[in-house]
Amino acid sequence: MNWLLAVIQTLLFVALAPLLSGWLKWCKCHLQNRKAPSLLQPYRDLLKLIRKQPVVAEHASWIFTRSPYIIFSAMVLAASVVPLIAVDLPTAASADVIVLVGFFAFARFFLALAGLDIGTAFGGMGASREMTISSLAEPAMLMAVFTLTMTASTTNLSLAIAHVLNEGLVLRPSFIFAMFALVLVAIAETGRVPVDNPTTHLELTMIHEAMILEYSGRHLALIEWASQLKLMLYGVLIANIFLPWGIARDFSLHALGYGLLAISGKLAVLAVCLAISETLVAKMRLFRVQEYLSFAYLLGLLGMLSHIILEASR
Amino acid sequence: MMVLMPAYAAVLFSFASGLLALMTHRRPLLESLCLRYAARFPGRQPGRIPLVGLLEESRYPIRLRQAVFVLLGISGLLAVLAGSAALVSQSAVTDQIGLGLPWLPWHVRFDGLSGFFFLIVGIAVSAVSLYGPGYVQTYQEEKHPFAVLGLFTGLFVAGMLLVLLADDAFFFMIAWELMSVASYFLVAFQHENPANRRAAFLYLLMAEVGALAIILGFGVLAGFSDGLTFDALRQANLSTGWASIAFVLALLGFGMKAGIVPIHVWLPEAHPVAPSHISALMSGVMLKVAVYGLIRFCFDLLADAQWQWGVVLLVLGTISALGGILYAMMQPNLKRLLAYSSVENIGIIFMVLGLAMIFLANGFPQLAALGLLAALLHAFNHALFKNLLFLGAGILQHQVHSLDIDSMGGLIKRMPQTSFLFLIGCMSISSLPLFNGFVSEWLAFQTALQVDVLDNGVLRSLIPVSAAALALTAALAAACFVKVFGLIFLGLPRSRHSEKAQEAENKGMLLALKLLAGLCFFFGIFPTLIIGALNTVAKQLIGQVLPNATLLSWMWLAPVSVQKASYSPVLVLIGVLIATGFTFWYLRRNPDTKSMRRSGAWDCGFGGLNARMQYSSSAFTMPFRRIFAKVWLIDEQIDKDMQGAQDMDVAAIHYRLQVQDHSWPKLYQPIAHGINAAARLVGRIQTGNIRVYLGYSFVTLIVMLWVVSL
Repeated sequence: MNWLLAVIQTLLFVALAPLLSGWLKWCKCHLQNRKAPSLLQPYRDLLKLIRKQPVVAEHASWIFTRSPYIIFSAMVLAASVVPLIAVDLPTAASADVIVLVGFFAFARFFLALAGLDIGTAFGGMGASREMTISSLAEPAMLMAVFTLTMTASTTNLSLAIAHVLNEGLVLRPSFIFAMFALVLVAIAETGRVPVDNPTTHLELTMIHEAMILEYSGRHLALIEWASQLKLMLYGVLIANIFLPWGIARDFSLHALGYGLLAISGKLAVLAVCLAISETLVAKMRLFRVQEYLSFAYLLGLLGMLSHIILEASR
Repeated sequence: MMVLMPAYAAVLFSFASGLLALMTHRRPLLESLCLRYAARFPGRQPGRIPLVGLLEESRYPIRLRQAVFVLLGISGLLAVLAGSAALVSQSAVTDQIGLGLPWLPWHVRFDGLSGFFFLIVGIAVSAVSLYGPGYVQTYQEEKHPFAVLGLFTGLFVAGMLLVLLADDAFFFMIAWELMSVASYFLVAFQHENPANRRAAFLYLLMAEVGALAIILGFGVLAGFSDGLTFDALRQANLSTGWASIAFVLALLGFGMKAGIVPIHVWLPEAHPVAPSHISALMSGVMLKVAVYGLIRFCFDLLADAQWQWGVVLLVLGTISALGGILYAMMQPNLKRLLAYSSVENIGIIFMVLGLAMIFLANGFPQLAALGLLAALLHAFNHALFKNLLFLGAGILQHQVHSLDIDSMGGLIKRMPQTSFLFLIGCMSISSLPLFNGFVSEWLAFQTALQVDVLDNGVLRSLIPVSAAALALTAALAAACFVKVFGLIFLGLPRSRHSEKAQEAENKGMLLALKLLAGLCFFFGIFPTLIIGALNTVAKQLIGQVLPNATLLSWMWLAPVSVQKASYSPVLVLIGVLIATGFTFWYLRRNPDTKSMRRSGAWDCGFGGLNARMQYSSSAFTMPFRRIFAKVWLIDEQIDKDMQGAQDMDVAAIHYRLQVQDHSWPKLYQPIAHGINAAARLVGRIQTGNIRVYLGYSFVTLIVMLWVVSL
């Protein structure tokens, strides 16, 4: 029963991810006085891409054609670990939060290799930039997450969230630092403004798009879906770690429905915030990104230190 | 005693392989020996006498080489056997050998820790013996005699095994020197190149300085005890001050061999110039023997660990890990890069050892056991994947005739097997889930996250910072090995050699890689097997085992408790297979779109994409160079050749980049200058005048007489 629920939750994660990006796009369009596409547009795009025959660059090897599957399944596995509507699901024990970061690293490793595989300058450019940004973002993320895990004294995400729920509403300075750090990392890792612009195709500035420039058809669909999943994963992480209230703690239908409503509401609000910030903030120069990420790293570290100095029980 | 037999046999077989290599030019001798033996059985046909067929002139060198490596392989397998037996039997065996000085027989002790390192050496040596015959066949006998290579390889392996067996300081140092000196000759093997000679000299110099420090460290211990056996040294009753001096000396000596920053400089010089299978042994195994020495000295011989020592280890380890990977990233030479990456991994091992020591000194032996276990597991994993990568680099050097990353590219199509195996190595070293590197890193993080139990405020804030550094190191390593794999195997070939490269023909070379890659994957999925064995080591050294690690089923890894952290690589693997398999099947079910169409890559509409437009290694690492600029000494020059009216048109641009270690100008050159200056001062007394020398003798005599009369 629990395992079934875990599978259902993972499928729900995968199924809802395009909706979140649709909603984000809808909000952004309205904020920028443009006419918004339907909320279901990302689904239509994915379906269209899946039906098409992929075109592959002539020098590409198996790395290029297999990477989308690897990247997508790494993201699906990551989704299976993160509690979406209920805590205490059995999948959370199979991989803790450090493994979650490992899944992201796995996906990124192959994405960067796929970028280098086609043998054009764009691929290398994207791969180099992505690895630079992520190598600064990954430690910042771990720092933010460690603050949580040290508070809950477990790295099991599900148990940690349950711990935060049990504690009730306690104001922790460390959590505020960690949340800001995680938000900054999430923006960088999901390639949003001001670090990267998901809608740009301007050669000099693109990062994520540069790597996937040669993808088409079902490969592109998988990559797009994976990045939508990643966006949702980070959203759920922020929402459920720092504001876990509403998440189902038993598996009654009532609690689960309430949990689904709660997370939808939280994600919708987070997406509106992201849309506002994307509308207000301009994209940074590439070499400003390091300052941005070191700031995130510093916040994460401050969070951790303030936990150790101020909050720990000794 | 049963456990010791295979261990002794492993040592003997490695000696035998070295001695057999000496027979390269002794074919007539062997033949006459065989014939004399055959003369005892006059009834037989001459052609059917055993061995004579193998001694045929034309096939003799090949047969001999194979025999040498077979002996080495047997030695490796026996070492694996002995190591596993020691880990399973969970007991320590002691023995004495009547060799050595008359009143000082060699003491031997074989316990869990030695057994575990025997396992590491054994696996690496077995892989190398599969790989060796194919690799050495290209050496020309006149220039690079096989006798030398084979002899010193055998002695080197024997030396490493003996270090692990030694149970008294005297025997330990003899074995240690055997290992150091034999490997010096291996580094100097291709001595026609002045750079190699220089590297070998630097290696010998630092190895001897390190050995001196170790001897002094043992000396401090021996000063407070009666005897040189480790049992006596364990009983030594040291004050904290003397114990700290012994610790610093041991750290200097073993650290120099292990290659921690800033005493690592010999490592990136010496490892790349040795033949690849030797580099693999040096980087994968010899550094581990140094780690063994440090663990033996600090956790076993020195009775009470101080938390300050742990901090020293932690800080040095952090610097080595970060420095190692940042330097590695800038290297265009593949083997140099791998050598620097060894510095990084040794740094990680030292960090976790430091954590273990801190926990031990603060009275948390169970957490100390966790840290020790993480460090040992990382040593094991590093031996596997670093060997794999070095052996892979050797194949590349053979097939592409270069180690320059910027001259390769597109090899995945020409060398599909090598590239796949190399990819597994890259994924392991980047610590991606499902591979072995991840498990030890995960355990290291788990150790660091237990900092909550400590009371000391300094430690409580220092350890999280080092955990952050570890996270950064891991991410940088991933970036570095994306670069390595991407530039070497993917994209378009950057030189004629890489365009024409072929898969290695020798099956043994690929088999060695397959063995190591298989182990990397296997221990990534079933780490509990090796962790169960490591519990024995922790029990013998610290007296504590991990609570549930072995009680839990083979599927789960939960080092502290299930509530604190758990990881199940098996379930993750099943999940990956289901997710990948399903999407793969689902998306390709339509027969119309199943096949892919090939077309040119996007060239911005200009046409004429070529290999030189790809990112090079210096381009790939440019953002890192800017972000971490202070870490290196960067010398970047752009020269333009001008032509045309008033020299205004650019005809050609030359770009030159040199990235150097800070430790040379900051640490070593001052020392070198100091030594030279001191030598000049001492030189003043050498006037060349016989009367002055007689005067010196006279004064010395007077002083001696005065001393004696006191």
